[in-house]
Amino acid sequence: MLPTERQLLLDEGAIARTLDRMAQDILSQTPDPSRLVLIGVQRRGVELAARLARVLARTSGAEVPRGALDITLYRDDLEVVGPRPLVGETHLPVALEGHHAWIVDDVLFSGRTVRAALDELADFGRPARIGLAVLVDRGGRELPIQADVVGERVPTSPGDRVDVFVRELDGRDAVEVVRGGRAGS
Amino acid sequence: MSGALGKDLLGLEYLTADQIRRILDTAEPFKEISERAIKKVPVLRGKTIVNLFFEASTRTRISFEFAEKRLSADTVNVAASGSSVTKGETLVDTARNLEAMRIDMVVMRHMSSGAAKFLADRIESSVINAGDGKHEHPTQGLLDLLTIRDHRPIEGTKVCIVGDVLHSRVARSNIWGLLKLGAEVAVCGPRSLLPLGIEELGVCCFRRVEEAIEWADVLNVLRLQLERMEAGYIPSLREYYRVFGVTVERLEKAPRDLLILHPGPMNRGVEIDSRVADGPHSVILGQVTNGVAVRMAVLYLLAGGNPDLAEAAKGGADR
Repeated sequence: MLPTERQLLLDEGAIARTLDRMAQDILSQTPDPSRLVLIGVQRRGVELAARLARVLARTSGAEVPRGALDITLYRDDLEVVGPRPLVGETHLPVALEGHHAWIVDDVLFSGRTVRAALDELADFGRPARIGLAVLVDRGGRELPIQADVVGERVPTSPGDRVDVFVRELDGRDAVEVVRGGRAGS
Repeated sequence: MSGALGKDLLGLEYLTADQIRRILDTAEPFKEISERAIKKVPVLRGKTIVNLFFEASTRTRISFEFAEKRLSADTVNVAASGSSVTKGETLVDTARNLEAMRIDMVVMRHMSSGAAKFLADRIESSVINAGDGKHEHPTQGLLDLLTIRDHRPIEGTKVCIVGDVLHSRVARSNIWGLLKLGAEVAVCGPRSLLPLGIEELGVCCFRRVEEAIEWADVLNVLRLQLERMEAGYIPSLREYYRVFGVTVERLEKAPRDLLILHPGPMNRGVEIDSRVADGPHSVILGQVTNGVAVRMAVLYLLAGGNPDLAEAAKGGADR
């Protein structure tokens, strides 16, 4: 294994400021905020969606409905990676018809997770529009998918890894880039 | 094929406690899929599954079929009657012919104990035992475990299996699964319908159903087959009901949260009182609902890919 180098990309304060800005971007791109729904991708996307909802509630005063999406059963690589023993929870708070649904995830890389999330959402209903908001866009797309709202862009190599830590799951808030080493997971 | 379980699911005797827990944990999120408006996820798209039933079955066959379809697999049902089996074809020849059509899994019910293992040793496809003679019915055992776990932790729970334990594959799968997950297990029934030496498995025996009800947190009431009376195991169905029937009167002495399970199909008024089957203790329909989720979990875990490729693929995964 090659030596690895860990860099801090965003600390706790930077994450909070980034989420504030992302919430503003989401609002400005949603024609009718009363039809807004945030859908976090399991697992860290769910926590980020919850925080964005809190920011939005603070600024607009209105409660934003939130959902969670587990895309495990919509992945295209069961043959290769084998089954994931733990499939997470999927729940959507409202019928999606007529809503502006925002998919929220921590890191955008190949785009395959988003492809799976779009397929899964289509099985639940037909939102008026679907947007994509990610905390970190690390490049490296394998599909023609781009985010509408991006917290931070960081160019990476395929062997790098971007680790997002959130207080609710990991005890601290941070985004770190791990350079080099083994092909990341 | 590998995944968490290996190639086949033949019985709970051959699984570790961790593997059983993994199946149950995987079944939890699958419950929700059956509550969706579109009850389907694409995870087994392109997989071909044959349901090969040499014995009559309604619940198990339909439950497997729903599980397969909700995971987007392509399925074919073969019933022994009306197939080439009635022309004298052997089990292995039937299966090899199916395999020559490039299938991925066989779900089989067979009247002979050991048939599932016999087949699994001879074909490449995954084999799921949907009941083999008096041996095991692992997915029934798993759905019973899931149903109990919905209400209470399995470890330390006292479960009594009531009825024809001697001929019951459901009883065997239950005993293995429950013991592995740390439950206390007892059986209760006429002497003639309890296997000799069952205590050696660590199972205690009650001779009177009243004692079993007083002891247990969960009663799993087995179906009494009519043929048993004809074969002389019990004097009559009425006498069986009088002595071993799970009735409201007997349950009145039970702890309030006693659970009643029954694998179906029920003989109301033989092994179970109708008022019990439809009463507040009964979780019998919950078992049926859980059956689909548990079978989805088993199919999903068995369908996993080649673990050797997993390492290579990690570089291409998201993050």
